[in-house]
Amino acid sequence: MEIKRRDFLKGLAGSAVLAMASPAMAVSSEKSRLPDALGILYDSTLCVGCQACMVSCKRANNMPIEYSGSQRQWDNPVDLSSKTLNIIKVYENGTHKTKDREIDGYAFVKRHCMHCVDPACVSACPATAMTKDAKTGIVTYNKDACIGCRYCQVACPFDIPKFEWDNPFPKIVKCQLCNHLQAKGQIPACCSACPTGASLFGPVKDLAIEAERRQNMIAGKYYEFPVSEISSTKIQVHKAQKYIPHIYGKNDGGGTQVLMLAGVPFNKLGLPMLPDRSYTAIAENIQHTLYKGMILPIVAFGGLIFLVKRTEKKKKE
Amino acid sequence: MKDQNFASPIREKLKGVSRRDFMKFCGVMAVSMGLPLGAGTQIAEAITNPKRRPPVIWLHGQECTGCTESLLWTSHPSLEHLILDLISLDYHETLEVGAGHQAEAALKKSVKDNAGKFILVIEGSVPVKDGGIYCKIGGRPFADIVKETAAKAAAVIAIGSCASWGGWQSSAPNPTGATGIPQFLKGTTVVSIPGCPPNAYNFLSTVLYFLTFKKLPALDELGRPKFAYGRLIHENCERRPHFDAGRFAEEFGDEGHRLGYCLYKLGCKGPITHANCPSILFNEVGSGAWPVGTGHPCFGCVEEGIGFTIPQFTEADIEIVTPAAAHAPIQTKRGAGISAGSAALVGGIVGVAIGAGAVAAKRMGDKDKGE
Repeated sequence: MEIKRRDFLKGLAGSAVLAMASPAMAVSSEKSRLPDALGILYDSTLCVGCQACMVSCKRANNMPIEYSGSQRQWDNPVDLSSKTLNIIKVYENGTHKTKDREIDGYAFVKRHCMHCVDPACVSACPATAMTKDAKTGIVTYNKDACIGCRYCQVACPFDIPKFEWDNPFPKIVKCQLCNHLQAKGQIPACCSACPTGASLFGPVKDLAIEAERRQNMIAGKYYEFPVSEISSTKIQVHKAQKYIPHIYGKNDGGGTQVLMLAGVPFNKLGLPMLPDRSYTAIAENIQHTLYKGMILPIVAFGGLIFLVKRTEKKKKE
Repeated sequence: MKDQNFASPIREKLKGVSRRDFMKFCGVMAVSMGLPLGAGTQIAEAITNPKRRPPVIWLHGQECTGCTESLLWTSHPSLEHLILDLISLDYHETLEVGAGHQAEAALKKSVKDNAGKFILVIEGSVPVKDGGIYCKIGGRPFADIVKETAAKAAAVIAIGSCASWGGWQSSAPNPTGATGIPQFLKGTTVVSIPGCPPNAYNFLSTVLYFLTFKKLPALDELGRPKFAYGRLIHENCERRPHFDAGRFAEEFGDEGHRLGYCLYKLGCKGPITHANCPSILFNEVGSGAWPVGTGHPCFGCVEEGIGFTIPQFTEADIEIVTPAAAHAPIQTKRGAGISAGSAALVGGIVGVAIGAGAVAAKRMGDKDKGE
């Protein structure tokens, strides 16, 4: 019993043709924004790098301290991890003298779960441990459903879900937008702690309007900025900085519920440059088309049977 | 003008203290206790009303009298007048004029006359080993005196670390069995004012609070007034920005030490010690008048298990860990590179795989030949 090289390649080419044809046949499965979605608007130009959000995040979510290197004085994570859900990072260039400037400047960026409109982690999860709330759109994790495959880690374009490598009964750890606090009528700890309004909590549709407003501000002029919450009566007046004309998360990667504004290009701040169509939509299109009505698998299976039969026959001859 | 309106009995009582100074003192006391400014008036009323003037009995056990000294040396101009004139200090071995049997008689009389009304202040620990023979006054063990007097007191205050938890005499091997008052008088509410010495204002504020409001101030689980011991030194230290920025004095007299950098690496116990030293300072001489302010790391004198226990130059394990002022870079290196061990392990596995592959291939070849 032997598959000839020629036959094998023939079969391979056939499947490739089917795979190539499939996206064209697909109906777009791209998800749109939920009307009551909740999120955060992070404005890098307002961030002063005080890390109050990191401290309050750890407290609110009861997260352990993370030492880095040999020092034991500070809680100093270098990246998101199973112990850190939220981190402030700094971009530095040249003399790093001026804030929010790409050359010879510096800028802060806050990294945590973006709560994608069409989350790859939810799509990749084979056990429905990752779910997106049908109303608020918050992406949450259920440790009881998790099988520990870590597909979500591989799928996430933002490198957010983290695995507890040092725990014999490990969990996936990620920001869940403090949904335990929201259940008590509070807002996410990072937003309530932020002294400047750099982290602003609210309905995404309102945050998007606010982001547009900031995009149209004239740099150097003074404007009012709400603090903690978009609906907050606590207002601060700041001098508008020069924003780059890009609201990160408006369309990036199919859109996210965390929107970002900055004075430095987002790729410099370590955010991936993603197509407007989410990877989830692309991947799901291919898969759903391939398996639609089980037609292609049946055809492929039939083809394989045919090949085997033919080989058997030839051998007998 | 106002000075003239100041009620004459009060003026008489104050003996040369101006109304202005007196009200300032009351205001300072109110503020140090975290009370509203208006409470200063209430305090003034409480301490000038002779009917409310309470007798105070002050006992000395195993100690150095540093607590008394610190109380006397506070530089507020009229403090000694107020204390000596406004409370009735019936027994205090250091300050009283009488001695011997005369003094002991005064103690007995005061305890008898003021049973249930006097404030008992205890300075120093109680030796409990060998029947309490290591500290005797008038031929009687200090332990007996404390037990007997405390039973009749309205309130018991343990001043200083010795009285609060045993202090330095209780450090191993503790030959006298030195015990703090709260542990010795189990079941009695004892207000502890630890410190070696404690800030005199923490003591005075507690006494004035009791006189004014007829109750003890809010206490923590160790019996310490929360207004004084509710905060961590590290969280209120003037050198904290240097800690967050990672600027440390590495040794006494070095560049960092002279620039006033953080003393953590010199063994400062501020990160684990609860006291209001950085907020209230000592001796009213202005900024910097506390150990860390003068360039000496905190010794943790108020905390049991820290002061006189953890060596002075041993770094403390931070109690409330927060991020440093430094930020993580955008890109971080993952892993620590290839270590010799991991290289050897991977090399070994690869070697085994190659070997096994070669053997398998050879066997296959032999089999083919055989066929």
